[in-house]
Amino acid sequence: MPTEVRHGAARLRADRAAACALALAAVLLSSTVPARAAEQGAAGEPAVAKEGADWESWHADNNVADLASVQRGARNFVSYCLGCHSLKYERWSRLGTDLEIPGQLLQQDLLPPGDKSTEYIVTTMPTTDAAVWFGKTPPDLTLMARARGRDYLYRYLKTYYVDPTRQTGANNLALPTTAMPDVLSEVEGLKRAVYRDVTTRGEGGQVSHSQVFDHFEPLAPGRLSAAEFDGFVRDTVNFLDYVSEPTQTARRALGVWVVLFLLVFTWLGWLMKQEYWKDVH
Amino acid sequence: MTVKTAAGAPAKKGFWGWLNKRLPVEDFISTQLTGYYAPKNFNIWYFFGSLALLVLVLQLATGIFLTMFYKPGELTSFDSVEYIMREVDYGWLIRYLHSTGASAFFIVVYLHMFRALLYGSYKAPRELLWLLGMLVYLALMAEAFMGYVLPWGNMSYWGAQVIVNLFGTIPGIGPGLVLWIRGDYAIADSTLNRFFSLHVAALPLALLLLVALHLVALRQVGSNNPDGIEIKEKVGADGKPLDGIPFHPYYTVKDVVGVGVFFVLLAIVVFFVPTLGGLFIEAPNFEPANPVSTPLEIHPVWYFTPYYAILRAVPNQRIGALLLLLAVAAFFFLPWLDRSPVKSMRYRGWMSRSALALFALSFVVLGFLGLQPAEGLYVVLARIFTVIYFAFFLLMPIYSRLDPVKPVPERVTYHAH
Amino acid sequence: MADHAVVAEEDVDLSRRKFLTRATIATGAVGAVFAAVPFIESWMPSERARAQGAPTTVDLSKVEPGQMMTPVWRKQPIFVVRRTPDMIARVAGHDGELKDPKSDSSEQPKYCENPLRSRTPEFLVLIGICTHLGCIPKQRFSAGELYASWPGGFFCPCHGSRFDLAGRVFDGSPASLNLRIPPYSYPNPSTLIVGEDEKGAAT
Repeated sequence: MPTEVRHGAARLRADRAAACALALAAVLLSSTVPARAAEQGAAGEPAVAKEGADWESWHADNNVADLASVQRGARNFVSYCLGCHSLKYERWSRLGTDLEIPGQLLQQDLLPPGDKSTEYIVTTMPTTDAAVWFGKTPPDLTLMARARGRDYLYRYLKTYYVDPTRQTGANNLALPTTAMPDVLSEVEGLKRAVYRDVTTRGEGGQVSHSQVFDHFEPLAPGRLSAAEFDGFVRDTVNFLDYVSEPTQTARRALGVWVVLFLLVFTWLGWLMKQEYWKDVH
Repeated sequence: MTVKTAAGAPAKKGFWGWLNKRLPVEDFISTQLTGYYAPKNFNIWYFFGSLALLVLVLQLATGIFLTMFYKPGELTSFDSVEYIMREVDYGWLIRYLHSTGASAFFIVVYLHMFRALLYGSYKAPRELLWLLGMLVYLALMAEAFMGYVLPWGNMSYWGAQVIVNLFGTIPGIGPGLVLWIRGDYAIADSTLNRFFSLHVAALPLALLLLVALHLVALRQVGSNNPDGIEIKEKVGADGKPLDGIPFHPYYTVKDVVGVGVFFVLLAIVVFFVPTLGGLFIEAPNFEPANPVSTPLEIHPVWYFTPYYAILRAVPNQRIGALLLLLAVAAFFFLPWLDRSPVKSMRYRGWMSRSALALFALSFVVLGFLGLQPAEGLYVVLARIFTVIYFAFFLLMPIYSRLDPVKPVPERVTYHAH
Repeated sequence: MADHAVVAEEDVDLSRRKFLTRATIATGAVGAVFAAVPFIESWMPSERARAQGAPTTVDLSKVEPGQMMTPVWRKQPIFVVRRTPDMIARVAGHDGELKDPKSDSSEQPKYCENPLRSRTPEFLVLIGICTHLGCIPKQRFSAGELYASWPGGFFCPCHGSRFDLAGRVFDGSPASLNLRIPPYSYPNPSTLIVGEDEKGAAT
């Protein structure tokens, strides 16, 4: 009897140990799932189980001083945006100087054939035709980063989704019913918007139902992975930030010296003032 | 050193003598600088007059240079501003100095006006000084409003539209007046061009004249001080106020420090946050004026928003406009609304202090509310604080007289440092 | 009076006071100079002026021998003359009548410091502005056109200055210097670029 009991107790202990081991394994395994999702998720974004649910709090977090990024953004712009949008306040030559692109390379890779480098960056698309095709003239983008903000531009480029009800076949969360087609679909791929039901109780007690955006679901992959596409958009927004105020890096650099000088001057003035005011009783 | 004798035969030599025979330079120095005695107890609130003068000079200098490159006109204004920002060497710096200077002007002027409220600097014999200052303030508001229209951005356009339409609320002559101001059936090229002329020529001249009169009036009666005591009432054997010190070198030297601190703060904004998150240059102004597309929210630049909040607090446009006018006009009556026997808040009782504190709070809160959309809680708050704002003025004859005041000292309070 | 606000102490440190005052004023003066720089710099030609003043390309195949083209560079007329062998010969032989025959005082790039004042004998490139008061001279290329011994060149209608077929000024002209020559180069024999040479684009 005692032996059986002892055996039974041992088995129970063994069972419990096994159960603990399994539970531990389960916990460990499940904890790697969000980590994997985070790896697949875009750099800088918190890992979310639902892609795009938090789009309204996305930030561009770009750094205009990152020359390589701005250069890539310039390349992206020329490839995907210049077809319709101008940067009519920026000259090609200015772009070359600020982005440290030598004249040859500028001519070869960026400048449309026939354009002189001293000319302004103007799209070849005739504005009247564009207005007819899209219902709206594609706006000039030189100052868009200052007019609407970098975060807005980032969100705009990343919240396109498939919408068969629209003429362009696409819609956008940041700018609903945008006239612009999803030009980056080749790069990003396609995704659709998934909605959820939301019931709200009105003032008089009436209940209303509405559809609210919940998350994106990828439909087809593009040329770039999600992380690569995110970098693509950040570079492009970074470039648009640069072009909206090309003098900004020089401004900040000069500012450091000016403030330092003024602090020294103020300190000297303060000492001088203290000295004179010893007279006053 | 030279001594000017009563007989008027000064012992001056050389170029200085030649000059002073023809221009009263030495006289000016000895009466307005070394010989002008200001109270020794000026505190931080007394920096803002000289700073306002500094900002005026800054705006004139930067404005003159901007006018060299700016091209007024509905087709050229916006582009010419970008030309200045990108293609004129250091154009961006001149532009930001001017746009930041405009906001700095109002910060300095509001603090300068608040000092007057704190220490009763508008009370006799300084009523005219106060009125002249108020005229400077009005001219400044007009100057700033017109200046903001000049870049011809979308907020320039729609801000002009809203403010000019306010004149339409004047009974009878309203609509005709608006047409006359605009020179067209909507804000247009004609409006822009006349605002340019007024902003660049007429109003700066008016401002210079008013500021000059303001300074002359100040020197005529002498400065007030934080204790609200008239220092000229206690003079020494030499005829100079016992509690006064020569403006030069003591206040010239002190003002240098004020200028230094001001420039540090100005430089931080100009070089690192020139738009100040949309407060100093509003985001919609980076899009050209578009008569068929209003910005999501129209509001004036921050320094007008307290009055804008008052305007919107009332659902009736005409009454709202009238209240806005009264809100500014109320300041003119301060010297006569205030019945307190005591000038400075230091010696006033809890009624005046609370009233002033509430007024200052209402001004700030209304300013914040003017930047928000006019809906929900914001409207309720705007109404409450509009009442508080006007109560400060309307009830002043009562509370300033009832207020238990403290005894005012004979001599100013000063701690040597 | 002892009661006065300002009491001049005997031990007021005058030297410290002087030093601090001078240091502050000096710093302020330096600051004022630095502050003036942006305003003064703003008057320099803007990006737009520099862009418009970029080098001009000229197609030389359009110029017939003995003819002149007048392209514009930096808002100034440029005389591009295709000299015939006869015209080239007429550049010599009248050095005694010229104010600056060797172009010592006149303005031209190094590669134009030769008797014909040009990179190649055939083409003459000049800034078409009279060195007197700035009018545009007229072409008088034919020999004897102005007077019997006239070798051909330019005549300025405003005050009568005369220049030869290398742009050199004659005695008796109000102008004192030869017509100026801009930097230029030939990327290929049928193309002229005014405003750019081996040193790069003119600043």
